[in-house]
Amino acid sequence: MADVAAPPYRVIPIIPALKPGAMEGVKPFIAGDKINTAIGFPGELVADWHDKAIAKMGELLAKYRSLKVYMDACVHCGACADKCHYFIGTQDPKNMPVARQDLMRSVYRRYFTLPGKLFPKLVGARDLTREVLDEWYSYFHQCSECRRCSVFCPYGIDTAEVTMAAREILDAVGYGQKYSNEIIGKVHRIGNNLGLPGPALRDTLEGLEEDVKDATGIDVRFPIDVKGADVLLITPSADFFAEPHIDSLVGYAKVFHATGTSWTLSSMASEAGNFGMFIGNYEQLRSIALRIREVALELGVKRIVVGECGHAWRVAYSFWNTLTGVGDGAEAGDHFAQLLQKQLDHRYKQPTHICEFTWDAIERGLLRFDKSKNDRHIITFHDSCNVARGSRMGDFAGGQFEIPRNIIKAVANNFYEMSPETTREQTFCCGGGGGLLTDDLIDLRVKGALPRMEVLQQVVDEHGVNFMATICAICKAQFTKVLPIYGFDRRLVGGVHQLVSNAIILGDN
Amino acid sequence: MATIEVGGKTYETDEEGYLVNLSDWDADVANHIATTENITMTDQHWEVINFLREYFEEYQIAPAVRVLTKAIGKKLGADKGTSEYLYALYPYGPGKQACKIAGLPKPTGCV
Repeated sequence: MADVAAPPYRVIPIIPALKPGAMEGVKPFIAGDKINTAIGFPGELVADWHDKAIAKMGELLAKYRSLKVYMDACVHCGACADKCHYFIGTQDPKNMPVARQDLMRSVYRRYFTLPGKLFPKLVGARDLTREVLDEWYSYFHQCSECRRCSVFCPYGIDTAEVTMAAREILDAVGYGQKYSNEIIGKVHRIGNNLGLPGPALRDTLEGLEEDVKDATGIDVRFPIDVKGADVLLITPSADFFAEPHIDSLVGYAKVFHATGTSWTLSSMASEAGNFGMFIGNYEQLRSIALRIREVALELGVKRIVVGECGHAWRVAYSFWNTLTGVGDGAEAGDHFAQLLQKQLDHRYKQPTHICEFTWDAIERGLLRFDKSKNDRHIITFHDSCNVARGSRMGDFAGGQFEIPRNIIKAVANNFYEMSPETTREQTFCCGGGGGLLTDDLIDLRVKGALPRMEVLQQVVDEHGVNFMATICAICKAQFTKVLPIYGFDRRLVGGVHQLVSNAIILGDN
Repeated sequence: MATIEVGGKTYETDEEGYLVNLSDWDADVANHIATTENITMTDQHWEVINFLREYFEEYQIAPAVRVLTKAIGKKLGADKGTSEYLYALYPYGPGKQACKIAGLPKPTGCV
């Protein structure tokens, strides 16, 4: 590991001094031939990349009206400038959201607007040169698509969509990112982002059954590929593999056990994550989502529940309906989507977040807890960006903020909020979202975590907080790695259902 | 493609120093990779590496951290079956760092 140091905390709140060029040339590994061609992209940067990139940009502008509006609407008011965690942490002015978007906007002006075609210099229009393309690769991989800046934009420009479009153009010319593209290949080939084959998954689940039996004396099952089960649980594959993720998986299983729910996992759809969204590629987004439909139809489940994964919940809540027919919105001619809509039980929300499932069971009095089992934890909650700003839970506005907090308060006694400018819809990204959770970007990840670490430090100092709960596999992995660099214990981060697991009372006693 | 040379033998690696061909792996290259990770291999380190390779041979993937801690605990005693023990041996995380030394592919995804 390279020597990575945490930047010093700021006196909050201040706008950081600019360090032009601070992150120039910082970039993740480029995807190679094998990885790219496996998922239908050119193996390497194509010879006619300039024309192909401009053609792709034209295609996206025609397909997504939103993108064209975002290119035209910005008035450079600066409201977004200091809202990005990567700008705050790196002080590189090109990490100001407005400046990042202008990397694309300047090219848009040159090729798609009349003034830019006639008088490029007067309107800040630029040719798409190799230097510009490299700059795109670097800075569009210093954005985690978290959309915090969009909350502050008076025009509602969704910066994440600009980043997604840029990455889509880069992939179209064979200039994609290794981390995301390798993972997309694995999800198709093996069934999950980790590359965990069925037998290893089964072995891990059997081990968990033993562990829970040893710890509680109760036979809690972790069923897989069970035809006729009521609930299909779709969860990030990190839940089967990593710490602290796996503790939340144990929590889900205990909730299903205690509520008498018939449920199953799937070896083929053993992944909630959908990196198709991170690279802005609709075809990948859809084909990754379709695995879930295929499995749901095959197993005949009545209900689909999604585990603790931030961007997966955004995809599930916001896009599964039209992508796959989970929920309403399938096209009349889409036979399998129609079939799935008929099969699912619409007395339940489709899909359901695991937090909605657990909170509903708590409200109906189906679960009992010994809250003192969590007394060693002084807890705060980190809202994950894709849940906070890209989805909802429950049947009231802000349910995605309240429901996870309600669960924590139902299972534990000590809970403190972090500073309100950094939670709920204004939450800061963990620093590793949007396809950036890779070791080759560790310096960026550490710097991007700065604003979250600063406010975490406040509640640690004021209230002795020693547990930051979250509902996203990326947040958990990112913080596990970054917390020690800021002087915290890596086990300070964990899942909401990890706390549920600690306190839930199983059996009759 | 990057390579490393140990004792006159050349090993192909990826950008991050993971071996490309699993069958290339031997104790010499393991010791070499460990050095670049600032780790001095002891018997305790080797116990983990050997288990990782056995598990990989059967399942085509490195074991989950919990599977690893449990297996080490069974073999070497409960006090060693903890993630603290593994992190003490492999500070950058037993998943990735130990896999690299064991010549196994890097676990990908949200880990």
